Amino acid sequence: MAGAEGDDSLYPIAVLIDELRNEDVQLRLNSIKKLSTIALALGVERTRTELLPFLTDTIYDEDEVLLALAEQLGSFTVLVGGPEFVHCLLPPLESLATVEETVVRDKAVESLQKISQEHSPVDLEVHFVPLVKRLASGDWFTSRTSACGLFSVCYPRVSSTVKAEIRQHFRTLCSDDTPMVRRAASSKLGEFAKVLELDYVKSDIIPLFTALASDEQDSVRLLAVEAGVSIATLLPQEDLEDLVMPTLRQAAEDKSWRVRYMVADKFSELQKAVGPEITKNDLVPAFQNLLKDCEAEVRTAAANKVKVFCESLPEDSRETIIMTHILPCVKELVSDTNQHVKSALASVIMGLSTILGKDNTVEHLLPLFLVQLKDEYPEVRLNIISNLDCVNEVIGIRQLSQSLLPAIVELAEDAKWRVRLAIIEYMPLLAGQLGVEFFDEKLNSLCMAWLIDHVYAIREAATCNLMKLVEKFGAEWAQNTIVPKVLGMANDSNYLHRMTTLFCINALSEVCGQEITTKHMLPVVLKMSTDQVANVRFNVARCLQKIGPVLDSSALQADVKPVLEKLATDQDMDVKYFALEAISVLDLA
Amino acid sequence: MDEEIDTRKINNSFLRDHNYATEADIISTVEFNSTGELLATGDKGGRVVVFQREQESKNQPHRRGEYNVYSTFQSHEPEFDYLKSLEIEEKINKIRWLPQQNAAYFLLSTNDKTVKLWKISERDKRPEGYNLKDEEGRIRDPTTITTLRVPVLRPMDLMVEATPRRIFSNAHTYHINSISVNSDYETYMSTDDLRINLWNLEITNRSFNIVDIKPANMEELTEVITAAEFHPNQCNTFVYSSSKGSIRLCDMRTSALCDNHSKLFEEPEDPSNHSFFSEIISSISDVKFSHNGRYLMTRDYLTVKVWDINMESKPLETYQVHDYLRSKLCSLYENDCIFDKFECVWNGTDSVLMTGSYNNFFRMFDRNTKRDVTLEASRENSKPRAILKPRKVCVGGKRRKDEISVDSLDFSKKILHTAWHPNENIIAVAATNNLYIFQDKVN
Repeated sequence: MAGAEGDDSLYPIAVLIDELRNEDVQLRLNSIKKLSTIALALGVERTRTELLPFLTDTIYDEDEVLLALAEQLGSFTVLVGGPEFVHCLLPPLESLATVEETVVRDKAVESLQKISQEHSPVDLEVHFVPLVKRLASGDWFTSRTSACGLFSVCYPRVSSTVKAEIRQHFRTLCSDDTPMVRRAASSKLGEFAKVLELDYVKSDIIPLFTALASDEQDSVRLLAVEAGVSIATLLPQEDLEDLVMPTLRQAAEDKSWRVRYMVADKFSELQKAVGPEITKNDLVPAFQNLLKDCEAEVRTAAANKVKVFCESLPEDSRETIIMTHILPCVKELVSDTNQHVKSALASVIMGLSTILGKDNTVEHLLPLFLVQLKDEYPEVRLNIISNLDCVNEVIGIRQLSQSLLPAIVELAEDAKWRVRLAIIEYMPLLAGQLGVEFFDEKLNSLCMAWLIDHVYAIREAATCNLMKLVEKFGAEWAQNTIVPKVLGMANDSNYLHRMTTLFCINALSEVCGQEITTKHMLPVVLKMSTDQVANVRFNVARCLQKIGPVLDSSALQADVKPVLEKLATDQDMDVKYFALEAISVLDLA
Repeated sequence: MDEEIDTRKINNSFLRDHNYATEADIISTVEFNSTGELLATGDKGGRVVVFQREQESKNQPHRRGEYNVYSTFQSHEPEFDYLKSLEIEEKINKIRWLPQQNAAYFLLSTNDKTVKLWKISERDKRPEGYNLKDEEGRIRDPTTITTLRVPVLRPMDLMVEATPRRIFSNAHTYHINSISVNSDYETYMSTDDLRINLWNLEITNRSFNIVDIKPANMEELTEVITAAEFHPNQCNTFVYSSSKGSIRLCDMRTSALCDNHSKLFEEPEDPSNHSFFSEIISSISDVKFSHNGRYLMTRDYLTVKVWDINMESKPLETYQVHDYLRSKLCSLYENDCIFDKFECVWNGTDSVLMTGSYNNFFRMFDRNTKRDVTLEASRENSKPRAILKPRKVCVGGKRRKDEISVDSLDFSKKILHTAWHPNENIIAVAATNNLYIFQDKVN
């Protein structure tokens, strides 16, 4: 490759190499991303002896460059000469595994995990394991945290003596002085347990888990919860009660709300891991406590899990458990003092109706839905409305319509435009479920009112909403109910409203079809081309460009062309620009 | 140890010429890192200066302990908040070091509004060799390139770089007075007059409010937060002090928002001592946990107090810093000195307290022997190997030799910020624009 006199192909590579140290980060980043090209040009020998040593010392660079480098090195094996030489990649990755930036370190660990698989068993013990040990006994905690993620990848492929050493190193890290390292060990405990022999899980991992779960630092304890879930999946059912449950029970009642929050957050995984019997005896009371926790954050996390938890209860006793244990707590949460708790509950409570069936829903859940529909916080009401489809399947939405309507109207007129925006987005769904009659009677006027909202985002969403409604109710419905109102706005004195007409036409032309577009919409658009406001005129040009494909060619030639030609000679630059653009797109020139 | 006579000055001190000192040079914070190898100062001009302790060398054993400038950088610049029409000063209010995580050092520095995380690292190698340039930097003719050159790293003179790693902004409406790093190494808190926010050190776009004492109606405001600090090893515990002289201890385990304290340390006011100035002088200007986490030290205008965290009703010990000023409160009020915020520090073993006073005096209190001493940070005793002599302020009419009368104290020379090496008897004292470092007698 190299060596030819004045080789042109060398020049781009030379530039790339030089730019590895350009002052501009972006250029350095580009070069690093093309590192494989550089390596290919240098050949495997020079990559190993020159490029990698240079890269090993570039840890001064910006995070994004280091991140890209760490990623590249993960797939560099071929470029250094295949698996036989893969260990050459260890030095640069080792130095990247000690930088202070977590994302870079994690990426370096990820690449190390990847290339560990490409080591032969011998190389693994000769090169890789020593690196893991070096990191594990490093002076700084960054290197020790990185080591935690590497044990599980080498453990299955080494001799039993090395395995014993690895277990010892992991144990040491679990009781490291710095919480950073204990946290890293705690978060990798589950992963490591998975590759250990079952006997060692019981003899080694369980004591570590118990110790980490009672660490003095909250941040370590809370990570042990997740490890507990993983460990529980590994152990046979009969060992769970003795080995894992005492610790998990303790975590569910931890003094720190952050630990309890973690238990609530991981509750479904936990439920799956421990099986139906323990769920019935242990998790149900624990879940009740979490739903009644004194900290709102914990209640929120638990409320989020209500539906999944109930769904996964053993079928034989599901209904009794829900009715006697869970529902009473849910009833209390409906009138919780914290809006986030109520809002979390509102996003899942409707899902209970499918589990409990029609009668229970009508008797027990419906009153709760109705309370939440009247909640003082819009988010709660929105969450109920957004999940109407679940309840619709069980009891039909009519049961709710009495309370639904006032709730919708209130949200539609909420002072916060983001709330209005959210309810608009549910309109098509509601319309579908409530039917065209109910819609025309109660909701149509709301949809039209949004078109003249003073916030642009609402007007825009309202036009989009109209399109979706037409898709649901058909073109005929559109012609009778909404098209006349939309076209009426073309004569509004406010130019913003006149523009809304154009935007609506943009959205509606396709779903309404050629006939309505040509017969009803086009004349209005053409008339607006003489509007005194330039913004309206150039939007006419854009609108014509948009609806052009829907129109038949005679109308295009006879009506649209002259108007666009006239607009193309407009005084205003933008009008001219868009008219010319429309002419060329519609091929009218 | 006994500071009274043995404290010797063997260090260089970092003096800027008085005549040319500007407002920007006034030191506003001093802090040792966890090993004491580094010492950082911040000033009103937004600069941070880091000093490094010289390594021991065989031929000059006495030079061990000398601190030399390691890195200087501009941490904060003056800014203008256009929305509120407010000028934001660049003055560094606090510096806190992070536990060391790799070969580089990290510190947090804050002005009134923005906390920044700085990395201070060394570089001793430089890449050499370009493909398209020759050794003198002249562009080479591309057609003459016949082989590719990979740059090689060559040793170079040590370079110390300071780089901003994170900027934590937009979370404080009021002025930040404290920052404190949690023992979990993962979070820190920043405190302003009315609120305390908790940050993750890696996340800049989100912080959690953990204390908010802002009343719904600002006219009902009677109290502000003056300082806050995390417990040295219990990650869930922190304290904050208030302008009403109380200290609240909060437990983050109980709830996400810590508006309800779990302990309130307060000493009932002595009614016989009540005056117009009572409330002002009882305002706490600094609160510090002892290294073992058992005690709290607070500084108010006239005293330093030590509290046992298991006893809320009254302080364990009270030390008078400059009781002779009690009769001068009126004039101190008029020249605004009464609002000066003095800080206080523990020595490495929690047996001695140090805090500042006026006239470039600073005070030390030995908790075991109950002895106290007044020392002066001045140019005369800043000469290498000079010994600090205790000073006395006389109150009565008769002034003995070596004493100074209350009336001749210079109130513009105040020592607000001091720092004590974490495990040796080395102290750093900021006297307006000068930094003095004193060390216990060697050998």
